[in-house]
Amino acid sequence: MSSTIENAPKIYGGGPSIEAPRSKRSPRSTKTNFELYSWLFMRLSGILLVVLVLGHLIIQLVIDGGVSRIGFAFVAGRWASPFWQTWDLIMLWLAELHGVNGLRTIINDYAERDQSRFWLKTLLYASALIVLFTGTLVIFTFDPNIGQ
Amino acid sequence: MTAVIEETPSAPAAKPARDHTPVVITLRIRRYLPDLVGPNGEPAVPFWQDFQVEADPTERILTAMHKIKGEQDGSLTFRRSCAHGICGSDAMRINGRNRLACKTLVKDLDVTKPITIEAIKGLEVEKDLVVDMDPFFQSFKDVMPFLITSGNEPTRERLQSPEDRERFDDTTKCILCACCTTSCPVFWTDGQYFGPAAIVNAHRFIFDSRDEGAEQRLEILNEKEGVWRCRTTFNCTDACPRGIEVTKAIQEVKRALIFRRV
Repeated sequence: MSSTIENAPKIYGGGPSIEAPRSKRSPRSTKTNFELYSWLFMRLSGILLVVLVLGHLIIQLVIDGGVSRIGFAFVAGRWASPFWQTWDLIMLWLAELHGVNGLRTIINDYAERDQSRFWLKTLLYASALIVLFTGTLVIFTFDPNIGQ
Repeated sequence: MTAVIEETPSAPAAKPARDHTPVVITLRIRRYLPDLVGPNGEPAVPFWQDFQVEADPTERILTAMHKIKGEQDGSLTFRRSCAHGICGSDAMRINGRNRLACKTLVKDLDVTKPITIEAIKGLEVEKDLVVDMDPFFQSFKDVMPFLITSGNEPTRERLQSPEDRERFDDTTKCILCACCTTSCPVFWTDGQYFGPAAIVNAHRFIFDSRDEGAEQRLEILNEKEGVWRCRTTFNCTDACPRGIEVTKAIQEVKRALIFRRV
């Protein structure tokens, strides 16, 4: 085949080029950073939970006679202080969200059908709401004189 | 090239003479012949078949497979091209580990037991050890593995300092054999994850000082099936026949995303 101007091979990378008008460099995507934040949350909440949960376990089970002294009065005594209320509240939320996020990735990995994926996640989020709601409610409305 | 840790490390004090005494090895190959349908039209099922073949200990598994194909069973199907560890065609799962048949020596495996050979996992098997590589190459294409620049093209080559070149040197070594991606348990689950190989090739351009498409590539890898699905199991780093620190490259992409976005 003879080479004419029309079918001559196009040479790339030759001369200067003009960018198409209104073509944006690095278009800002509408996609969210959700996966990034959930990944970061797992790491940061994990570090905090090591302190919170280990501290909780040591106070509850090891020092001062350990588990045998735990009763209604013990819980009432601790929750009289805003410090322990905050501790338990942060621990509750972090642990629940950390666990939910972990299970969410496991469901994403192992649920094969969209239907099962949807229902498993619905179940997961519903259970998380119940736990977070009742747990928070108890911490804030705990009445030490409930039995009297 | 970085050496790959072998199964039976042989580290004698003095270098012994190479042993060329031929040994008879058994290759236990997972066969899948799609034409082998049942009498009532049942679809073909994969099965394991043993082949006995004589091999020099310094020979490669690929040589033994060629011997089987040439002398015992011509229907044995596998890909190979250069046979010298550069084209990346003959990735397969040998003794449960992804490797290149052309870089795996007989003496490095336990020849007293059958050596199992099967297709790489997570991609559809077409015949014997041949898998459909299209999904793998699609995710490679999705990260735009080419130089992206703007403005006028220079009249000479784009220069770069040795330090800037060093930044992504490790990830230039990829031969796209798919050993890493098909060793990744996250890729096995549904094959939607971009996979280590695509991220390695994105890394090669993201950290190239001459390239201007980093933001676009990071955006792609920030998606649901991107780097955040990585669980740092290091299967990819273990599998890479070129010794690329794959997991490290993925972590570097994560770090780039975090410090650009947060």
